Amino acid sequence: MSHADDHEGTRRDFLYYATAGAGVVATGAAVWPLVNQMNPSADVLALASIRVDVSGVEPGTQLTVKWLGKPVFIRHRTGEEISEAQAQDEEFQAGVAVVDPLARNVNLPDPSAPATDANRTMPSPEGEGAGAWIVQMGVCTHLGCVPLGNAGEYGGWFCPCHGSHYDLSGRIRKGPAPENLPVPPAEWVDGSTILLG
Amino acid sequence: MSGIPHDHYEPKTGGEKWLHKRLPVVGLLYDTLMIPTPKNLNWMWIWGIVLTFCLALQIITGIVLVMHYTPHVDYAFASVEHIMRNVNGGAMLRYLHMNGASLFFVAVYAHIFRGLYYGSYKAPREVTWIIGMLIYLCMMGTAFMGYVLPWGQMSFWGATVITGLFGAIPFVGDSLLTWLQGGPAVDNATLNRFFSLHYLLPFVIAGLVVVHIWAFHTTGNNNPTGVEVRRTSKAEAEKDTLPFWPYFVIKDLFALAVILAVFFAIVGFMPNYLGHPDNYIEANPLVTPTHIVPEWYFLPFYAILRAFTSEVWIVIAANFLTGGIIDAKFFGVIAMFGAIVVMALAPWLDTSSVRSARYRPMLKWWFWLLVIDFFVLMWLGAMPAEEPYATFSLIASAYWFAYFLVILPLMGVIEKPLPQPATIEEDFNAHYSKTGGTKTVVDPTPAE
Amino acid sequence: MIRKFTLSALTALTLTTGGAFAAGAYDTHIEDFDFSFEGPFGTYDQNQLQRGLKIYTQVCSACHGLRYVPIRTLSSEDGPGMPEDQVRAYAEQNFEVFDEELDDFRPARPVDHFPHVTSAGAPDLSLMAKARAGFHGPYGLGINQFFKGMGGAEYIASLLSGYTGEEKEEAGAILYENKAFPGGWISMAPPLYGDDVEFDDGHEATIESQSKDVAAFLMWTAEPKLMARKEAGFVGVLFLTVLSVLLYLTNKRLWAPVKRRAKENNDS
Repeated sequence: MSHADDHEGTRRDFLYYATAGAGVVATGAAVWPLVNQMNPSADVLALASIRVDVSGVEPGTQLTVKWLGKPVFIRHRTGEEISEAQAQDEEFQAGVAVVDPLARNVNLPDPSAPATDANRTMPSPEGEGAGAWIVQMGVCTHLGCVPLGNAGEYGGWFCPCHGSHYDLSGRIRKGPAPENLPVPPAEWVDGSTILLG
Repeated sequence: MSGIPHDHYEPKTGGEKWLHKRLPVVGLLYDTLMIPTPKNLNWMWIWGIVLTFCLALQIITGIVLVMHYTPHVDYAFASVEHIMRNVNGGAMLRYLHMNGASLFFVAVYAHIFRGLYYGSYKAPREVTWIIGMLIYLCMMGTAFMGYVLPWGQMSFWGATVITGLFGAIPFVGDSLLTWLQGGPAVDNATLNRFFSLHYLLPFVIAGLVVVHIWAFHTTGNNNPTGVEVRRTSKAEAEKDTLPFWPYFVIKDLFALAVILAVFFAIVGFMPNYLGHPDNYIEANPLVTPTHIVPEWYFLPFYAILRAFTSEVWIVIAANFLTGGIIDAKFFGVIAMFGAIVVMALAPWLDTSSVRSARYRPMLKWWFWLLVIDFFVLMWLGAMPAEEPYATFSLIASAYWFAYFLVILPLMGVIEKPLPQPATIEEDFNAHYSKTGGTKTVVDPTPAE
Repeated sequence: MIRKFTLSALTALTLTTGGAFAAGAYDTHIEDFDFSFEGPFGTYDQNQLQRGLKIYTQVCSACHGLRYVPIRTLSSEDGPGMPEDQVRAYAEQNFEVFDEELDDFRPARPVDHFPHVTSAGAPDLSLMAKARAGFHGPYGLGINQFFKGMGGAEYIASLLSGYTGEEKEEAGAILYENKAFPGGWISMAPPLYGDDVEFDDGHEATIESQSKDVAAFLMWTAEPKLMARKEAGFVGVLFLTVLSVLLYLTNKRLWAPVKRRAKENNDS
C-alpha cells in the first residue's frame, strides 16, 4: 500500500466517523424531548408552591389544604394546647413512648434534629407566642391514610386505618406508623399568609 | 428471499449458529440490508426511506401526544392548548406531528408519481403496487381522523362533510352514516372512535409496509430503465447491482437529511402555513365556517368529488339509467373513490411492453400532463364551487380518468418505444462515461 | 441551492388550503404592519406586550376572555416578562374566578387562567391571532402568506384601527363600518379612540399604536412558545445542514470507486 493510499484511508475514516458521530448526536437530540415531555408540565409545576391565607384560622381550629395532591394540616393552637404540648414534650424527651426521635422537618438545616416541639412547630408571626402554629403533611406515615384531628390517646391526630396515635406535635407515640408526620417546606409571607413549597 | 442471486448470511461463531437454527433473525436482517439493488437508481428512489421515516415520526410523536390529549368534546380543544402551552416541548411535538402529516403526503405523492413514470406498477410488481395503494388509503383515513382530534371548526365540519359522503350510498346510506357517527351527528362518540382508529391505523400501515417491502424484495427493485437485473448467475447480477447497505442507505439518508432541513424550517418558522386558521376556533355545531376546505393533500380528490354536479351529462345519464339510484351526490363519491381505483388498476390498464416512460416518447408527455392535472385539481379543490372553477374541475377530473382508462391502454398499441439499454450496467456505465457511452455494448468486459 | 429548493418545493406545495382563500367579494384592507416577532429571528418586544396587556385589561377584557391563557405565563421570559409579585397583584386586582372547592368566587391567582367571558357574546381572544389570516391568495395560491406570514396580528391591528366612523342599523342592531372586517360591517363598536390607556413610560397611545400593541399581545397569547419554536427550528435546520454536508461527502466518497470503474469500463 502506498503512502497516498494510506493518507486517503485516514481521511476517509475521519469522514465516516464524523458522519456517524453527527448521526448519533441527531438521534440523541431527538430522544431527549420524548423523555422530557413526561416530566411535570408547567401547570403542574406552578402548583408546587401555593400561598395559603390563614387569617380565618382561629386558635383551636385546623385548616386542611391540598398541596402537591396531598392534604396539609395547618393547626392554630390555643394557649392551653401549647402548654399541653409542652408537657408531652417533656415526657417525650424523657424517653416515654418514643418511636421516631427525628424532627422530620425539612425547614431545619439539620436533618438529624431531634423531634422537640420547638423543632416541629412553625416560628410564630409577630404578636403571637411560640408554638402557636404547626404545619404538617396530613398523611399517616404507615400506609398513607389521612389521620383525624383532635383524636387519639394523645389528643393530637389519630389514624383510623390501623390505629396510629400522634401527639399534639404530630409525633407518632403509639401504633404501627414508623415516623412522625413530616413537616413540609413552609414559611410566613406576611402575618396571615403561609407559603407552602 | 430475493430472486436475484446473492450471498446469504452464514453464521460463523457457535452462538450465531445456535441462534440461526432457532430464529434466523440475523439472516433476515442481513438479507434485507444487503439486498442487491440496481445501481442506476436515481434521486426519485429516495422516497421509500422518507416515507418510512415519516411513519416512524408520526407514530412516535403521536404516542407522545396521546399522553396529554383528552378525547372528549368538552376537553379535546383545551387539551391541545394544554399541550401547546404547558407540556415540556409540547408545542414543538404537536407542530412536528401536524406538519409531519404533510411531509408524509408530499413523499407519498412523489413516490406514486415515480412509480407511474417508471412503470414500477407493471408485472411482476402488481402486488407491490396494490399494497402501496392500500397503504395510501389507510394514510388518507388516518390523516382525516387525526385532523378531527383537535376539535376545531375545520375538524368538526370536515368530519361532518366527509362522513356525510357515506350517506350518499343508496339504500343503506342513512343507517351507515348513523353507524359511522355513532349518532345523528358528529359528536363525542365520533370523536372517540376516530381517536381509537387514528391510533390503530398507523400500525396497520406499518404491517402493510412490511408486506410492501417483502413484495418488492421478492421481485427486485424496478429502476429508471425498467430493464430487469440479470439473474442467471451471481457474477452477472453483481454487474447490475450493489448491496443496499451501505451504498443506498447512505444515499437515502443524505436525501432525508436535506428534506428534513426544509421540514424543520417549516415547523420552526411557519408551522401553521399548511393548516387552516379556522381550526384554532373550537368546534361549534351551530356555526359553519364560510368555506370548508380539507387539508391540501385531499384537495385533488375533493375537487373530483365536487366536479360531478347534476348538470353534467354523464351524471344525468347515470341517474336515468339506474332509475335515480345514482344521483349526483353518489356519483361524486363513486368518482372520488374511482379516481384511486383506476390508479390501482394501472398494472392491467397499461398495455405497453416497455416499463419506463424514459423510452416511451408519447406517454412521457401524457404523464407530465397528468402531474400538472394533479396540481390543477389541488388548486381547484381549494376554490369555491362556482364558475369557472366547476367547469375546470370537470375537465381536470375527466383527464385524470382518461389517462388511466384511455391513454394507458391505447399508448401500448400506437406508441413506438425507443430502444432500451440491454442491461442496467450499460445504462450505469453510459451515465458516468465521458463519451456518453454506446448503446450497442451488450456485455462489456471489465477493464482489469 | 437548498434555499432555492425550499422555495420551489413550497410553491409547488402551496396550492393551498383555506385561509389562503376568503376575501374575494369584499374589498377589505389589511395593513401589513411591522411587528418585532416577524421573520425567522423575530422576537416579542416585552414592553410592547406589557402595553398590550394593559390595553387588553382596561379595554378588551370587559367583553372578551382569554380562557386558554394561564395568568402565571405573564411572567414568562419569552412573553411579557413581568415580575412574579406584579403578576400576583395583577391577578388579584383584576379578575375573580369561580373556585369549585369554595363553591364561590375568589380573587384570581397566577395559576388560574384569564376568565372566560361570555356575557357580551364576544369571541374569546386567546387564539384569535392564529384563528384569523390577514393575507390571502393571490388566486388561492397562498403566495402572499408565504412571504408576509399568516397575518393574524396584522388583521387584528387593521381591524382595531379600521373603523371609518360610519354606522347603520340593521335588524335592531347597530353595525359599524370597518375596512378590515369581511363584509365591511361589524357589530363591535369602535373600542379605541386614542389615549384610552396611559402608559407609565409615556409611550404614545394613538389608535394605531394601541392597535398594534394589543395585536402583538394577542399574538403572544395565541403563540406563547414562538421564540422557543424559532430557536428549535433554527438549531434543527443548522444541524441538519451540517449532517447533509457530511452525508453528501460520505456518499460521494463511497460511490467514487463504483463510478470510476463504470467510466473505465465504458471507455475501454
